[in-house]
Amino acid sequence: MNEIFELQYALDTFYFLICGALVMWMAAGFSMLEAGLVRSKNTTEILTKNIALYAVACTMYMICGYSIMYGGGDFTMFLDGIVGDGATGMEEPATYAPSADFYFQVVFVATAMSIVSGAVAERMKLWAFLAFAVVLTGFIYPMEGAWTWGGASVFGMYTLGDLGFSDFAGSGIVHMAGASAALAGVILLGARKGKYGTDGSINAIPGANLPMATLGTFILWMGWFGFNGGSVLATASVESANSVAVVFMNTNAAASGGLIAALIIAKVLFGKADLTMALNGALAGLVAITAEPSTPTALQATLFGGMGGILVVFSILALDKMKIDDPVGAISVHGVVGLLGLLLVPFTNDAASFSGQLIGAATIFVWVFGTSYIVWSILKAIMGIRVSAEEEFEGVDVSECGMEAYPEFTSSKS
Amino acid sequence: MKLITAVIKPFKLDEVREALGEIGVSGVTVTEVKGFGRQKGHTELYRGAEYVVDFLPKVKVEVALNDEMVESAVEAITKAAATGKIGDGKIFISQLDDAIRIRTGETGSDAI
Repeated sequence: MNEIFELQYALDTFYFLICGALVMWMAAGFSMLEAGLVRSKNTTEILTKNIALYAVACTMYMICGYSIMYGGGDFTMFLDGIVGDGATGMEEPATYAPSADFYFQVVFVATAMSIVSGAVAERMKLWAFLAFAVVLTGFIYPMEGAWTWGGASVFGMYTLGDLGFSDFAGSGIVHMAGASAALAGVILLGARKGKYGTDGSINAIPGANLPMATLGTFILWMGWFGFNGGSVLATASVESANSVAVVFMNTNAAASGGLIAALIIAKVLFGKADLTMALNGALAGLVAITAEPSTPTALQATLFGGMGGILVVFSILALDKMKIDDPVGAISVHGVVGLLGLLLVPFTNDAASFSGQLIGAATIFVWVFGTSYIVWSILKAIMGIRVSAEEEFEGVDVSECGMEAYPEFTSSKS
Repeated sequence: MKLITAVIKPFKLDEVREALGEIGVSGVTVTEVKGFGRQKGHTELYRGAEYVVDFLPKVKVEVALNDEMVESAVEAITKAAATGKIGDGKIFISQLDDAIRIRTGETGSDAI
């Protein structure tokens, strides 16, 4: 083995790990965003959900998820097949350490699950949510991941890759999948009390902490460089280094385009600059570019992001009209714009086709929404997924976690 | 003795404090309060949905005074707190039976 290869192996592995750490940090971004957009009485619970789901996702993906997604025919539990040395330890030599690949993949699972927590915030039972997280991260997500990035056929019927389906970093595979699971949960869960009046009115329930929501968005924006940049899967050659740089540039451009578009649309529609819409706009721009950040020009990336930013505002308003209560806009940002991202791929990438993108999107949605709906229904029948009306009024912080995020009138028992 | 209770716009507090200081008022109590008047609050938009702000933030200034100071104090507050727009607030004047300075035990006018 020559020294150049060893250097490439080391650099690609290092790059993978750093990008994985950036994506892991997105869990913090989701936590802050969601904690900022709920009412203060539901802060502790949403934080508990966010950090617990991250740990559940990592554990379930280790137990069986990774193997379902990438194991092909050789299913092994607990990462049994993972060897320490990818260069000489495997039948087909890899250019990076196999455990680095696992680490990079596992943080994506957590991202998909994080999307769910925001949409069902302020009214779902903590333990029902975590039970769902076990199934989504251990089975539902790995199955559709196997059909897409894993290259497996969909129940032996068709193979998405052959049909011209392409999803670079997961607009559909991660984001739309998370949103589909969230949508199924929200439909079975119902809206927060007071959100929709009996006369058809839509009431605002303002978030408690916009500095926190803004910080969360900044963290997500930063983490996305790992999400998209790492999905190049290599950086140790001129070609891959160039690709990584383009992906970083386009990811940043799309987020900017999304924010500007959403801010302007909100100003036009509502008369004032709605910060929360602007934050959703930046995330929509990021989701829109995630399906293909390596082939557009910087201008195209900005415009694609801008389209996401416009679409997300109208999607949020439309979902409210349909009485689908999503406190943080997760279904619009990740689901509706995730679909847009998939459909934008063929404009700049000849390897993808519209029919392939549509079939891929339909496959992911039908699978994730359908199985999620079944799992949520079972959980609803067994343990219930919604807290009582009184608990909801008092705030789930006290009923689910027994502690407030900002306790004011407490004294120690003497 | 009288107790003047003025409910004013929060951003006028410094000017009211200065105006009262100039006419020789030696102490006030200030509270952050919320309330509504004839406009009954106002509506705002959050993510495209309306919500009503029923209670607007105001500052309540309480001043205990001897009778002869009341007129000038009311004048000072009125002048300092006025913007001419809706929501400038109100001044209430009520009878004060007694006052006690806790440290010395002085009562009545001496305690003010």
